Amino acid sequence: MGFAQTVGGTRYLFPDLRTLLARATPLRSGDQLAGLAAESAQERVAAQRALADLPLRHFLNEAVIPYEADEVTRLILDRHDPAAFAPVAHLTVGGFRDWLLGEAADAAALAALRPGLTPEMAAAVSKIMRLQDLVAVAAKCRVVTRFRNTIGLPGRLSIRLQPNDPVDDPRGVAASVLDGLLLGAGDAVIGVNPATDNVETVIRLLELLDAVRERYAIPTQSCVLSHVTTTMLAIERGAPVDLVFQSIGGTEAANRSFGISLSLLAEAREAALALRRGTLGDNLMYFETGQGSALSAEAHHGVDQQTIEARAYAVAREFAPLLVNSVVGFIGPEYLFDGKQITRAGLEDHFCGKLLGLPMGVDVCYTNHAEADQDDMDALLTLLGAAGVTYVMGVPGADDIMLAYQSTSFHDGLYLRSALGLRPAPEFEAWMERMGIERASGEGRLPARMSPALLGLS
Amino acid sequence: MPETPTPWTELRRFTAARVALGRAGNGLPTAAHLDFQEAHARARDAVHSALDADALEAALAPLGLPALRVASQAEDRRSYLLRPDLGRRLREGDRARLAAAAAPGAFLFVVADGLCGRGVLAQAPAVLQRAVPLLRRAGLAIAPLVIASQARVALGDEIGEAMGAGMVAVLIGERPGLTATDSLGIYLTFAPRRGRTDAERNCISNIREGGMDAQAAAEKLLWLAGAALRLGATGVMLKDEQPAIPLIAP
Repeated sequence: MGFAQTVGGTRYLFPDLRTLLARATPLRSGDQLAGLAAESAQERVAAQRALADLPLRHFLNEAVIPYEADEVTRLILDRHDPAAFAPVAHLTVGGFRDWLLGEAADAAALAALRPGLTPEMAAAVSKIMRLQDLVAVAAKCRVVTRFRNTIGLPGRLSIRLQPNDPVDDPRGVAASVLDGLLLGAGDAVIGVNPATDNVETVIRLLELLDAVRERYAIPTQSCVLSHVTTTMLAIERGAPVDLVFQSIGGTEAANRSFGISLSLLAEAREAALALRRGTLGDNLMYFETGQGSALSAEAHHGVDQQTIEARAYAVAREFAPLLVNSVVGFIGPEYLFDGKQITRAGLEDHFCGKLLGLPMGVDVCYTNHAEADQDDMDALLTLLGAAGVTYVMGVPGADDIMLAYQSTSFHDGLYLRSALGLRPAPEFEAWMERMGIERASGEGRLPARMSPALLGLS
Repeated sequence: MPETPTPWTELRRFTAARVALGRAGNGLPTAAHLDFQEAHARARDAVHSALDADALEAALAPLGLPALRVASQAEDRRSYLLRPDLGRRLREGDRARLAAAAAPGAFLFVVADGLCGRGVLAQAPAVLQRAVPLLRRAGLAIAPLVIASQARVALGDEIGEAMGAGMVAVLIGERPGLTATDSLGIYLTFAPRRGRTDAERNCISNIREGGMDAQAAAEKLLWLAGAALRLGATGVMLKDEQPAIPLIAP
């Protein structure tokens, strides 16, 4: 079955749903690279009009990637809950947009709707939403998760403290952790990207982060963002694993390119749950995603990158994660060319994630081969703050010296909290007060109770 | 018992990261802000730096390996940045030239510009001068060296396939960061052929001054190559379990 729409006297034809979705997508380099983008601005609007008229029910009848060919499609359709879908089942995509913006779609209604929505429905409606729509609807979504603290409460903004070091030097990591704690970061997670996937190194970093947390009695969780199989090996060897990290994608083939499958993720989650390290809750998976990763692995099946990205959220929500973030500007300019494209994608990802029920953060970031700079990041960060983003990254001085890209700094987190009246996770906020952190950092010193010697820094 | 407070700036002794920058309200003090802007400008320029293949060949001459130069289908930097698919394919004619220099089963080094031609020239010679003798001593035949421009990592698959190599190590310029604009990565792929995925490679990254040094990188490569030969594969199946070198005195 195809779709047709006349705009400006030209009749545009779209042979199937995936083509319609791709042509309706606001311009980005990754869809051009894949040969999927609309060829003109008018074709894009024609696709958006046709998409707006499409009944939401259609998404249950036409999969963008065949059910037989892809375990992510099977997950999406097998988990669909018709009863939850009922309140919007009569709507078109355009009608759904209006519904989302209206008063009926409050936090409770949006939460109840989640099991009835497929990622493709979320992606479709986002394609006919402006930035302010993406902000306004996401801001109404409430997603709260817990491990050793409470993340996602209204009026709160958490920060992942990202103390990466180019050679995994424990002293370098520890110094960056201290710097971040002094600037209010770390309530989402203290999470290191290891420079290598060496098991011994990963275990040593896990032990270091656990020691930091214990010695300063920080109500938070730690993570070393290694491949899930490395983390499982670390668990086997008795390492203190709080969260299991993995990069995920929205197709079975993309996940294969990451060396994972749904069953492997389930196995890893079981192994970590068995450690019983969470004190307030059992959310212990941490996923990263990003538009373009499927195309990068030639695993996109002719589906646009934003729809594939939303499908990755179906993978994520299957495992009740503590944290999920898009690494929006990290994948590179071949997928999101400049600040404008990165900004839109960041807000789309956050919106789709929240709508589907994920504790969604965003790595507000760019690489040095993208046409973007700090001003673009300030704009995206501020928009995401208004949209109620669950967490953002905190990197010393915005410069990740291991991954060689720019993310948000500890200072950026302070700025956003102060500009929008947001506070850290409650347990972490109370801890900061106990430790006298604000006063010490204002005086240019470390708090007396946070001696660097406790971390081997002397 | 009151202790002397530790100044925040003490943290700088332990890391090259931008720690202890101070605060102007919640923002960066002016000097730190402008330092960042300057570093970003330097990195932007490095992305557009070309690989000086003549200088590279001269630096590699002592290895006594013949060198071939190839290019991808990306014609310029903009096309390289926007079309990674072109950076993974050999230019017309190069495949036949490589086939003529076939080295069946040998260990192949491809030196590629990647995202920073400047970084490759700064790091690759030192790594190869250490890695080539190590691999030879381990009994591996070394294929002629290939220097590739406007190249992505996966171009090594097609190069390796054309030459019949048993394994390929692509030494490639990493994306410049603010602190390091001359960093090298090595991607090792067993039985290279077109269509290999990134999950089938092992990576050594951050080879540069202040990161991993050339000797450590060469030893790591030797370890991974040996493990790959025993396993008959690279990638997520091959876990890096080289005993860690202590980074600080216990």
